[in-house]
Amino acid sequence: MSKIYFTKDHEWVKVEDGKGYIGLTDYAQDQLGDIVYIELPDVGSELEAGDTLGVVESVKSASDIFSPISGEVLAVNEELEDAPELINADAMENWIAQLSIKDEAELENLMDEGEYNDFIGEE
Amino acid sequence: MSTKRTPLYDRHVKAGAQVVDYSGWEMPITYTSLSDEHKAVRERAGLFDVSHMGEIYVQGPQAQDFVSHVFSNDITKIEDGAIIYGFFLYPEGGVVDDLLVYKVNNNYYILVVNAANTDKDYEWLLKHVGDFDVSVDNNSPGIGQVAIQGPLAQKILQPLVEMDLNEIKPFHFVDDIPLVGTKALISRTGYTGEDGFEIYTPAEDIGKVWDALMEEGGEDISPAGLGCRDTLRFEASMPLYGNEMNEEISPLEAGLGYFVSKKGGYIGAEAMAKMREEGIPHYLIGLQVMGRGIARSGYPVYDEEGNEVGVVTTGYLSPTLGIAIANARVALKDRSEGRELFIGIRNKKVPAKIVNRTYLKNK
Repeated sequence: MSKIYFTKDHEWVKVEDGKGYIGLTDYAQDQLGDIVYIELPDVGSELEAGDTLGVVESVKSASDIFSPISGEVLAVNEELEDAPELINADAMENWIAQLSIKDEAELENLMDEGEYNDFIGEE
Repeated sequence: MSTKRTPLYDRHVKAGAQVVDYSGWEMPITYTSLSDEHKAVRERAGLFDVSHMGEIYVQGPQAQDFVSHVFSNDITKIEDGAIIYGFFLYPEGGVVDDLLVYKVNNNYYILVVNAANTDKDYEWLLKHVGDFDVSVDNNSPGIGQVAIQGPLAQKILQPLVEMDLNEIKPFHFVDDIPLVGTKALISRTGYTGEDGFEIYTPAEDIGKVWDALMEEGGEDISPAGLGCRDTLRFEASMPLYGNEMNEEISPLEAGLGYFVSKKGGYIGAEAMAKMREEGIPHYLIGLQVMGRGIARSGYPVYDEEGNEVGVVTTGYLSPTLGIAIANARVALKDRSEGRELFIGIRNKKVPAKIVNRTYLKNK
């Protein structure tokens, strides 16, 4: 049973087997438009919540991806390097990086799906 | 300051466009996707709302003398009905704006200027009008403008007008053409590198023109936003005010010397002559990113030894070519094609090589 949390910067973190899978929301990909490039973090790097985890670029601009949680980068989705447009095709299924969860309490600061939908409704 | 809307604003919203603030105007950046709109213009046709552009009319017995006084290019070499590109320059050589001058006749010119600079330009002209026997009028609010661009542009526009569009040569125009119940000024100009037309009508009539072109074009035409307008002009090696040149950066440093007359007599001419004689401080080059990443406007450029030698003025992953290319303004003597330079992309120095800036010819 996985649980999913959202940030105000339009990332999601899906918790499975004690690890966090991080991706961009459908709203984010729609706002960005055609995604043409992604920069993934180095495996083994240590991130604090709010650190830049990577960069996603559409034709028109580059945007930072911020880590919703603190932890070590355990894996990255290398498939996205050659096919960043997968995020446009299905943002919720294509995770970007897998992190260890250093502090579970951080998840409580994030939004659940209902809260996030209300949040983007107001944007 | 409240944002302004063009007469086509409601159509953009209805079409589902993403609308952004572009120098004080609420303008469509994309309708569907930037890449699709870009491709439509290169392969079929795209329709742009450019009603935000400024139109300043100069009329009177000394119109030719006055325009010659403030404009960097030689308007005496063009005929009635022709259009010429150039600049308003500051005395020091920086650029007030880049613009097209439409010559109706020796006593009547229409200056088409950037939306963001229209007020500044108008004030600049009024400041320098002095004793010239002319009237200078900013007619921008009353004029709507669309650009139909792409290989099928003529085929789509032709059935809507009586005249044969082959009679309008590139950089020429005709006025008072009956079009869907109004009268239009039509020029064979654009900002995409494709064939196409820019159409001017009274603001209240431009909606009818937009609708008629969309209907006539059917599957062959797409509304096109400002997002692809920038990628298209960049691929076609056309400059953007604020990026390739600005109040500090002269046209000579942007590779636009062709549009700066050596005849002199205009504001800024002495600075241009001096720069030509003493050497140009910066040059605009083309770069292709060889490593991973996309060069963006403002990123630093380094030489082999790691010295910062310039800055990216515009850069994209080219939708037409599928590679990351960039214009960069550099202070470098050796600008030979193939020379390796480096672009600072976030915390990395990514290799790039100098390429010819006529990007589309490399297609």
